[in-house]
Amino acid sequence: MEHTLRAYDEDLDAITAELARMGGLAEAEVADSIRAIARRNVALAQTVISRDAGLDAMEMDIERKAIRLIALRQPVADDLRRTVAAMKVSMNLERIGDLAKNIAKRAIVIAQSEPVTPLTASIERMGELVTSRLKDVLDALSSREVERAVAVWSLDHEVDEHYDTIFRELLTYMMGDPRTITACAHLLFVAKNLERIGDHATNIAEILHYEITGVELTDERPKSDALQRHDS
Amino acid sequence: MNALAPAPADTSVAAIDKSTVKLDVQNLDFFYGRNQALKGVSIPFAANSVTSLIGPSGCGKSTLLRALNRMYALYPGQKATGKIIFDGEDILKPGVDLAMLRAKIGMVFQKPTPFPMSIHDNVAFGVRLYETLGKADMAGRVEESLRRAALWDEVKDKLHTSGLGLSGGQQQRLCVARCIAVKPEILLLDEPTSALDPISSAKLEETVTQLKADYTIVIVTHNLGQAARLSKFTGFMYLGELVEFGETEGMFTHPLTTRASDYITGRFG
Repeated sequence: MEHTLRAYDEDLDAITAELARMGGLAEAEVADSIRAIARRNVALAQTVISRDAGLDAMEMDIERKAIRLIALRQPVADDLRRTVAAMKVSMNLERIGDLAKNIAKRAIVIAQSEPVTPLTASIERMGELVTSRLKDVLDALSSREVERAVAVWSLDHEVDEHYDTIFRELLTYMMGDPRTITACAHLLFVAKNLERIGDHATNIAEILHYEITGVELTDERPKSDALQRHDS
Repeated sequence: MNALAPAPADTSVAAIDKSTVKLDVQNLDFFYGRNQALKGVSIPFAANSVTSLIGPSGCGKSTLLRALNRMYALYPGQKATGKIIFDGEDILKPGVDLAMLRAKIGMVFQKPTPFPMSIHDNVAFGVRLYETLGKADMAGRVEESLRRAALWDEVKDKLHTSGLGLSGGQQQRLCVARCIAVKPEILLLDEPTSALDPISSAKLEETVTQLKADYTIVIVTHNLGQAARLSKFTGFMYLGELVEFGETEGMFTHPLTTRASDYITGRFG
């Protein structure tokens, strides 16, 4: 139902629209950063780096609009949850943008070293998985489908498992041929960044769940912890 | 997994700890002649806390408030059925001493209603109806009441000037002082700040916050922010029914009924 004061709906809708644009850009940043690694494409990597400023500006814009709405409209109940959720989601998207930018910076370095093709292929697969999870959660956000967000949330362990496999694969390569260490060390950070992007996607799923249902997603979900297996 | 919250309920009345209930309304119907203004309302009011009643005009919240001290008994043709249990006694039963009841359940109205007499006498007036106090004791009671109503510092040097000379906000706090001077157990406030400016409203809200340590307070308000700020519990009424009742925090972050949600978010009708 619409608010009696229609300008209120316009304010809320403006925040939601900006968040959808921001989600689209963040998704493109992640996909392009991975493509830049896989195709050794320095120009694409530079595009990813330069577009990150756009995400930063959008996050500030959403925060400004949300603060203004809280000050002028005093939202409560679902309006309040929607406003706060928009601020929190935009923070997560901004972080995702930073991580994609970091992947792009490493893509430039990796493009200048000897190719380690089987590894970049593994990274590309993990990148595709993370990108599709991010896409799913952003679709859930725009269509307001809680079940879809929960599906992303409960599947995060797949991303973690992928990271785990790549971690082992990279160690094997570096031990086998020290000349690959520079590229592999960067790829290790790329994998870590992808794993973190996956975490941000699950954060967004949790935020969306609270926004729509008013209840926090608190159940334990399956976890895979690379550190525990390798350090212990 | 709690993937989906339950579908919004039609009505939702939370139970509260029985031992804290000071005043318990059970299945109350109220009639203005043939017009039924309250329909089976059951709502508990907890001791030492503020309960807000919110809802659009004509929803029955002031009617409910007026039933709580049987103010309606002054008017022919108005009748209440059901039970209102106050400390174990049903106050709707015949034979209840209405004067004593109203001494225990005080009320402050929408517009300040000071009597055309001095500030001191405004506060002393009610006390004299129930108690015979010596001059010094009465002066003490008047001072205590004015202090509790957060008015003392503003009026202590002009106690013998007319209460009508005070500002609207001061007059309203004078009415609160007059009310608490007779040492009631329950305070009923019917839109007490609707005629006040923001500063006076804030002072009255601060007074209410101080008073809740000793009283059971029920406040009817159209100011949702005020309900959110002041009360521990909130009841939302619509068309004579209690649609939702529960802790205020829950009501304003995650209301359980669509009607309450639409009302507090400004989407109503």
